[in-house]
Amino acid sequence: MSFILRNREIALAIIIALMVTGIGIYAPPFVSPDNISYVLDDTSILFMMVLGQMMVILTRGIDLSVASNIALSGMISASLAESSPNLPVITYIALAIVTGTILGLINGSLIAFVGIPPIVMTLGTLAAFRGLIVVYGGGNQVNASEMGAVFQGFPKIPILGVTSTFWIMVALSIGVFVFLNMTRAGRGLYAVGGNPEAARYCGIDLSRQQLLVYTLSGAIAGLCGYLWTARYGVAYSEIASGFELTVIAACVIGGVSIAGGVGTVPGALLGALFLGVIVNALPVMQITPFWQMAISGFVILTAVILNARSEKRGIKLILPEARRAAGGTP
Amino acid sequence: MNDTSPSIATKRQPVADKAPWSLADFVLRWESILVLLLIAVVIGNTWRSPYFLDIYNLSDATQNFAEKAIVALPMALLILVREIDLSVAAIIALASLMTGLAAQAGVPAPLLFLVGPLVGMACGLFNGTLVTRIGLPSIVVTIGTMSLFRGIAQVVLGDQVIATYPSGYTDYGQSYLIKWPPLYLSFIIFLVLAVVFALVLHRTAFGRKLYAIGNNPVAARFSGIPVERIRFWLFVLTGLLAGLAAALLTARIGSTRPNIALGWELEIITMVILGGVSIAGGSGTIHGVMLAVFIIGLIIFGLSLLNVPGIVISVLLGTLLILSLAAPLLLRRLLRR
Amino acid sequence: MSILSLSHISKSFPGVRALHDISFELEAGMVTALIGENGAGKSTIVKILTGIYTPDKGTLTVNGTQRSFSSPRDSWAAGIAAIHQETVMFDELSVAENIFMGHMPTGKGNLVDWPEMRRRTAGLLQRVEANFGPDTKLKDLSVAQKHLVEIMRALSHDASLIIMDEPTAALSRNEIEDLFRIVAQLKAEGRAIVFISHKFDEIFAVADRYVCLRDGEKVGEGDIKQVTEPELVRLMVGRPIDQVFPKRDIAIGNAVLSVKDFSNATEFADISFELHRGEILGFYGLVGAGRSEVMQCLFGLSAPARGSIVLEGKPVSFSAPDQSIAAGIAYVPEDRQHQGAVLPMGIRDNVTLASILQHVRGLFLNRHSEQDAVRKLGTRLDVRAANWEQRLQELSGGNQQKVVIAKWLATKPKVIILDEPTKGIDVGSKAAVHDFIGELAEEGLAVILVSSELPEIMGLSDRVVVMREGRIVSTFARNSWSAEAIVGAATGAREAA
Repeated sequence: MSFILRNREIALAIIIALMVTGIGIYAPPFVSPDNISYVLDDTSILFMMVLGQMMVILTRGIDLSVASNIALSGMISASLAESSPNLPVITYIALAIVTGTILGLINGSLIAFVGIPPIVMTLGTLAAFRGLIVVYGGGNQVNASEMGAVFQGFPKIPILGVTSTFWIMVALSIGVFVFLNMTRAGRGLYAVGGNPEAARYCGIDLSRQQLLVYTLSGAIAGLCGYLWTARYGVAYSEIASGFELTVIAACVIGGVSIAGGVGTVPGALLGALFLGVIVNALPVMQITPFWQMAISGFVILTAVILNARSEKRGIKLILPEARRAAGGTP
Repeated sequence: MNDTSPSIATKRQPVADKAPWSLADFVLRWESILVLLLIAVVIGNTWRSPYFLDIYNLSDATQNFAEKAIVALPMALLILVREIDLSVAAIIALASLMTGLAAQAGVPAPLLFLVGPLVGMACGLFNGTLVTRIGLPSIVVTIGTMSLFRGIAQVVLGDQVIATYPSGYTDYGQSYLIKWPPLYLSFIIFLVLAVVFALVLHRTAFGRKLYAIGNNPVAARFSGIPVERIRFWLFVLTGLLAGLAAALLTARIGSTRPNIALGWELEIITMVILGGVSIAGGSGTIHGVMLAVFIIGLIIFGLSLLNVPGIVISVLLGTLLILSLAAPLLLRRLLRR
Repeated sequence: MSILSLSHISKSFPGVRALHDISFELEAGMVTALIGENGAGKSTIVKILTGIYTPDKGTLTVNGTQRSFSSPRDSWAAGIAAIHQETVMFDELSVAENIFMGHMPTGKGNLVDWPEMRRRTAGLLQRVEANFGPDTKLKDLSVAQKHLVEIMRALSHDASLIIMDEPTAALSRNEIEDLFRIVAQLKAEGRAIVFISHKFDEIFAVADRYVCLRDGEKVGEGDIKQVTEPELVRLMVGRPIDQVFPKRDIAIGNAVLSVKDFSNATEFADISFELHRGEILGFYGLVGAGRSEVMQCLFGLSAPARGSIVLEGKPVSFSAPDQSIAAGIAYVPEDRQHQGAVLPMGIRDNVTLASILQHVRGLFLNRHSEQDAVRKLGTRLDVRAANWEQRLQELSGGNQQKVVIAKWLATKPKVIILDEPTKGIDVGSKAAVHDFIGELAEEGLAVILVSSELPEIMGLSDRVVVMREGRIVSTFARNSWSAEAIVGAATGAREAA
């Protein structure tokens, strides 16, 4: 029992399972394979965004510009589809990823090398990137009919009962998991966030880590920019507005500590799944979707309060009896 | 040690009361740069648009920033003490909703102005409690309450709009309170509050304590300053003034939608940061924030006279925010070399 | 064979000469004890060896080649590893990762080879006879176990020089014995070890050689078997204490503060003492003996403890410093940079910070009143500055400390607690502060002086309270003490008289 309580991924998985079971009993169609596949597909973009955001938060940073990045990368990619609709789909995807990466590089280089605090930097680019959509597209909207079938078709290709979007997400999750757990640089992110001073002693360079995570976060947002516009068949300046908060919320729910150094890929994915299930369950439960925001706010607050409870305050153990009681001697 | 002791009494230089006045320091002061920027904005606007310097136009311009500016003042104090409140726009939404419900319930016009501030204060109490009593990071807490407060407004309103406000209420938001010079209520409140905030921050013991907290919260606590209590009340104050802004905003536009004041937290924080308040805490002035308010307000007004869409203006504001931080950092690095 | 040699190393900071012309050698298979009082320069040497500071003058020679370290990385690469007093590691990561962070073994495709890393960790764990696994998170370990992890980190790199900076400060007897066993093993493997400790019994138990520092200079070195404990104490402390600190003749008045059975859960227990007008009461003990914790609790900074405090005849209890300040207690904290001074603020704003309400006229602050106070106190404490608005971060450590003391005098206290008031400040300022402490007592203040510097404590105090492991172990009066007895009581090396 205590193991389950200590391991937040398992606790969260159990909560989600209970939730899904409960909803399934109330509304059986919710747990039909079709609907489950739909929910997974619908949550895929959130899954991916959460991975990028988590890497940033691990280094004690935050990237508020991701939703604007989605909108701008999506718009640039969709505009290419509008002007030349019959290029191989990889071209559109690559353009979106490159755009997103450049935007991430802008964040990363100013944060890492000029020393602008991440929250202010990405607050600025949150506004700037979204504005650039209008500067770039002249305020026009790219509609489904103008994008062409190649652009729109790809994310919806069914493979083994789920969409290609889902499989992209799976591949990305595995990639991020391998990076975070199996590479020196990935483990270095935990070191930098957990104890920047000690990381410096170990020869890990904070600036390079920052540049890396903001660029990766931007690249993932770029990819999601393509997927978002292609999936919903529209590109304009307001898409994904406020989505950055959903992403951060999913991270917090998934146990990623805003203080840095703590967070896992399964945890973050479960955090996103939790929100994804809630969003998709509301209509099934005949609750208006207007509840969504309030619920996610409530869940974030509950999650941070629970996190704070589990962290013990540092008390000094000086008295020999206190040290013995704390089990200092093995 | 023996040989150094006697020297103490003999070698003694007089210490001046004040730092010597230096032109370079004065020019490089952030507020001085802001003044130049403001002059540039005024000149640019006047040059581009003949309507800019019209007193009635300028007065109308204040309508577009006065409410945000009112919230920027307590936000400046919060950031000064190393906290932040991202939920202010959501508080405005919730406070506006409650004002609307009160109006529907037949609460008379003057009392409607009290609903917003009271709701805002309650929201601030909630934020403050979570941050200072439970010890949670304010950025996460207020991201959470941002969803929660606006979420509640959304649950109650759905896709409805409340537009049944008595004219005795909306008149305060829509017509001049003073005929000449033509001034709106919100702008007058902002000016009065700005003076009060400036005096409190720069001339009182309380203001000095805020700087101490922002520069070194531990040393401040060791010096007998109730750090957490002060932070708590600043959250309450921020909520209160966000509620007041909601009352004014609702009166001005005469309606409440769930997306009212959406994204305002970013503009408000931009005003504070551009005003020279350090996000790391401990430095910044109210006059800096006031200058930033006017710069941003007039840029937006000037560009809208030129029919530039609002979202393009945000590119400029975002860039301005980043540059305002990057410039001093880069300058300092250059000077060190 | 000499693994590392320092020759003519000097290092200065603004206003402080930290090291002057230090030369010594560290031999393979030898434990060298680096001894000296706080502020003698030991930690500066550690920081130079670990690449955090670069010396102003002098050279380091590692295994026959001259080296200069520009970062901790360089020092690590040269085979030097340090185990710090307070472990600086990653609480949320596993034991294996803490050991190998920065040099994890990689295999195919440059991916981290976890099985190999676990295997090597298991080997290290066996070597140090630890009873936890490679995947245990660091936060689940005790302080002693964390020390082991640091030692393994040094071993994982096959470091030829291992610096142990007060490694036993937080360990129990058994744990210390385990540590000594490992030290012996490292020695047998031919590594050089620098052992820093204040506890003489440990030094005599583990070291082969000693190097003694005082005021940044090397005052002695040699074979540990050739010296006795009193000789080492004399070497550390230097000249006869009475000459340095002319003790003022002050009449001790009535009791101002009396503390009885003051205890909290984990930090200190059964603390009782009385403090009188005009008296300087010294608190001596090793770092981590709980002295600061008692004082901070007394001052209302931490949760109230059991027991009673009587101030001028009235029972009091403080839950926040503003209450204790109002009651007439002042506390000059140990950590000047973090707890004492607000470095980015000016001298004037710092001095009036704790007494700001004295300068309110009507609603607003009165600049002239503040100005007068600063001029008076600043001059009295001989603060050296260009002007009273100068930021504290531009002043030397000694002048910063004078400003902090001025801040507390401005509150017009009856009792002033000075916690390590001369830590890390230059000799000139030190003398000024010492002089000033005497002056305060003369004016009738009751002074508590917490210090780890024996000459300071013995030179200034009327009585000395010695604490060890959270308890008062003995109290000495001025006419019946000796340096050996006080140090003995603090270290527990022998039963206190």
